[in-house]
Order: sequence, then C-alpha cells, then structure tokens
Amino acid sequence: MHFGTISHWRRQLCTGALSPAELVQELADTIKQHNPALNAYISWDTEAALAEAAQADLSKPLGGIPLAIKDNICLQNQPTRCASRILENFISPYDATAISRLRAMGAIPFGRTNMDEFAMGSTGENSAFGATANPVNPAHVPGGSSSGSAAAVAGGLAIAALGSDTGGSIRQPASHCGIVGVKPTYGRVSRYGLVAYASSLDQIGPLTQNVEDAALILNAICGHDAKDSTSTRKDVPDFMAGLGQSIKGCRIGLPREYSSEGNAPAVKAALQRSIRALTDLGAEITEISLPHTEAVVSAYYIIACAEASSNLSRFDGIRYGYRAQGTNGLDDLYSKTRETGFGPEVKRRIILGTYVLSSGYYDAYYARAQKVRSLVARDFSEAFKQVDLIIGPTAPTPAPLLHDKTMTPLQVYLADIYTVPANLAGLPGISLPCPQESGLPVGIQLLAPPFAEVNMLRVASALEQQFSAR
Amino acid sequence: MQKPTIDVAYIARLAKLELTPEETERFTADLNQVLEHVTQLSAWDVEGIEPMYHPLPTDDATRADIPGESLSNEAALANAPASEDGQFRVPKVVESAH
Repeated sequence: MHFGTISHWRRQLCTGALSPAELVQELADTIKQHNPALNAYISWDTEAALAEAAQADLSKPLGGIPLAIKDNICLQNQPTRCASRILENFISPYDATAISRLRAMGAIPFGRTNMDEFAMGSTGENSAFGATANPVNPAHVPGGSSSGSAAAVAGGLAIAALGSDTGGSIRQPASHCGIVGVKPTYGRVSRYGLVAYASSLDQIGPLTQNVEDAALILNAICGHDAKDSTSTRKDVPDFMAGLGQSIKGCRIGLPREYSSEGNAPAVKAALQRSIRALTDLGAEITEISLPHTEAVVSAYYIIACAEASSNLSRFDGIRYGYRAQGTNGLDDLYSKTRETGFGPEVKRRIILGTYVLSSGYYDAYYARAQKVRSLVARDFSEAFKQVDLIIGPTAPTPAPLLHDKTMTPLQVYLADIYTVPANLAGLPGISLPCPQESGLPVGIQLLAPPFAEVNMLRVASALEQQFSAR
Repeated sequence: MQKPTIDVAYIARLAKLELTPEETERFTADLNQVLEHVTQLSAWDVEGIEPMYHPLPTDDATRADIPGESLSNEAALANAPASEDGQFRVPKVVESAH
C-alpha cells in the first residue's frame, strides 16, 4: 500500500533507474487514480513539480524527492487555503522557511494535503473540502488535523509529508493511519510561513513511513531562522546519529496517569507489547507520575483558543481571501465575511478564545491556564531527572468512525490528553506504529526532554526494528 | 467557581462573527459544557506559580535594523478582494453616528 520510502526512491534516482520527472509523473498518476477515494489532497500542480524535477540536484540529500505539504504551510505560487473557505482564492506569494529548506536540500514540494480547517480538529472532518478517509479502513477517520498528510503517506499517495502539530495534529493522525509522525521541540523548525493557529504551541514536522525518513526530513527543516523570533539558535544535530544504535540501559518512564481505564483494549495491548519490546532491547522501564495530567486538556483548549482568537482576527476580507458581498459598511463586511468564510469548529474556538480573554474572565481562565501550564512543564522536568524518555499511548483509542455525530466537542477534545502535554511544555514527541494483527492501527508515543530528538529517534528506531523482526 | 454560562451572542459580536440563531444556540450548549469542564482548573493550587506564556526561554531575537527584501506592492495586493492605486480598497470607514 505504501509508495516507497525516501531512501528507496533516492537509490532508484541515484542509480538512474528512473528520473526525478518520471518519479513525479508516477506519483501524479497514482494521486489522480486514488485520491478521489481518500480525498487526501485538495490540490496538486503536476506541471510545476515536473518543471522543478527537471532541475533536481541529485547530489543533495533529498534530491528529486517529491514531498506532500499540509495546506497551512505557504508554498510559493500555490494555493495555501488551510482547508478554509475564507482562503479559497489565496495563492501564497512566498515559501515558508521549512519549504525553502526542503528545496535547498533538493526536495520537490508537491501537493497540498487536506486538513481540519486552520488545523482545528482531530478527525479531518472539519475541512471545507470534505472529509478524508482512513486508507486502512475508509469507514474511519484518518485523525487530524494533518489528516491528508497522514492518509497520503499511509495510502501510498506520498513518499512522505509535512504536517503541523499544535496539540497532536501530526502524532495523532500518524497513530490512526499506522505511520510515523514527529513533533520537534518548540523552536526547532521555523514557523515563518506556517499559518498561525496557536503561536506558542505550533510546530512543523514530518509524517513518514519510517523513523529514518523522519530523521532525513528533520535534518533539512530544522535550524535558526531570523524570520521567526521563537526559532532557537541551538545547534542542529544530525538526526540520523542515533539510528540503529543500542538502547541498552536507556531509562524509560511509564506515567501512571497514562494507563487509564479509558484506553481502548487495543491501545492497552500495544503499550504492553512496546514495553516488553523495550525491555528485550535492554531498556529500563520505571513507573513515573505526571500529576497534572488531568488538567492538560483544559489548559490546552483555553490557551490554544485564546491564541487562535487573536491570530484569526487577520481574516477579515480586506487583504486576502474571501470577502462577503452586499455588505453595509466595514463592520458588517468583517462580520459577514467571517460568518460565511469560517466553518463551525473554527467559529466555536474563536468564541471560546474571545470569551476566556474577555474582561472579567481573563484571570479565571487564561491566566490560570498559563499557570497550570507551568505546573505541567514542571511535571516533565521532574520526570526527566529520573528517566531519559517517556512512553505512552498517542491516543486513547484507534481511529473513530467517520461522521460519528454522537460525540460532543468536549468528548472529542478530551481524547487529546496524551498529545497536548508536549505542546504545552514544548517537548519533542514521536508516534510510532505498533503492529496490529488485525483491525485499525495503534500508535505508541515517546516524549523526550527539549532538544533530545536524537535520543528519541534512537529509541524509536530500535523499537521499529524490534517490531519488524517479529 | 460558580457554574459558568457564556453569552455567545455578545462574544460573537466582540469577535466580529455574525452567527445564525441556530449556531448561537448550538455553540451555547457546546461551550457551556466545555466551560463546565475547564473550571476544574480552579481545583489546582497555583499560588506563587508564574504563568508560562512561552514553552521555552526565548533567545534574544533582536537584529540590526537594516531594510531587507520584502514583498513587492504588486505581490502584496495580488490576493486582495479589491484594490485600487496600489492600495487595499475597503468600504467607506467613516459612518454616520448611530
């Protein structure tokens, strides 16, 4: 079902078995044939990609490799619509820094992947361009918000993809689709050209078929950028450095709070299997505690929606995107444009964010959530005094059914419990598929201290090997 | 904290969203449920705890103030729903008092 990894296609390209243009054409044909069933892409420009392929520099680490890009990452001269009606006509005049870095390493950005509108959602259903199907079982959602990126990679419509992760939007769809997803440490990847949802939580990262491909993409996209004031000046390591290395003696923490009764049986079993595999590899598993786990979803939704209500005020029908017609004066133009341009989940979050920032409620909600965030981050810094990494589920259940109308927004939000802590505390995290004998995919999450991606990828690749050896 | 209730119509006006009556009703129910859940934050002791506005200490982000390349006027206006004479065109801003 997969399209072949980056290293597979690099070998094919470098031995001359096919040309970059032939690879782009093969991918384009596959997308054309199979995308209608999945709706993983909302646009793709084969002509532009073929033109780039003709110039591809195969001496670069990603030379000639087409990569799918989530619709909220700016791609020069291509639609960048965040799967929203309000940006239906928007053509990005510039590349996001992550994209210029991919290009500098020889990659060819190709195709805009579907998503929950403005990255708000965890099922892919909140898209103005329709829902995406899970390639493993099309009756189920692929997860979200990087729904199209995950479905494209898992469904054989992309070699690998970029997504963005504000509260789990890379890791959770990776888990639901049975692929690898990495959220880097906050500040590792420039957010310049990533359409902002919640600026203190957003990070760009890869969705790939294996850990090695994720490391290859991280090597390209990480690094300081003067255009993002939150981008870190820390040295960029070789993210491949730990792959294939022994993990003997590695200390891995299992939070008591993550073995909840609410976890589905398949998720509990996957966690047990991963712990056994890690023990077999010589890692030491220790039970730890993250006492503020119960508070993370509340803190996250207050902070994320507050930031969103401010960030999304720029969509007003004046400078870009959709403008409502037949309005009466400026205020009416704003209100009608936003009313018809935004989908229901975006409106819901803007209202929640506006409320928690409004006079009289700021201290009770927003200021308190930011203090609880400090406590959550402190839980992790205490835990990382005892252990090198933390293991747990990526999501409490496998992928839910598409169009399940029985869940209230609150119930959907509560399922983010295992992914939002990494965003609140700025930590790197990876979701890795734990092989299932039958049924839907289940991912296992590893969390690491800030900037410890190399060690996190080392353990993930050892676990991946152990799983595939069985 | 007492049980919260959200005046969605008022907040929507602040956020410049013109909701339909159905949306107002639906969001009121959805968000009251969310708010009831998030009031659990008041159970945690945050006395003396600093708010964490950023996940990691930010580096010194200042740079020399030297003009660099930026979007051309034409590129900046290319996505505008309406423009004229190199500027964004908007409806009349000064309205009669009401």
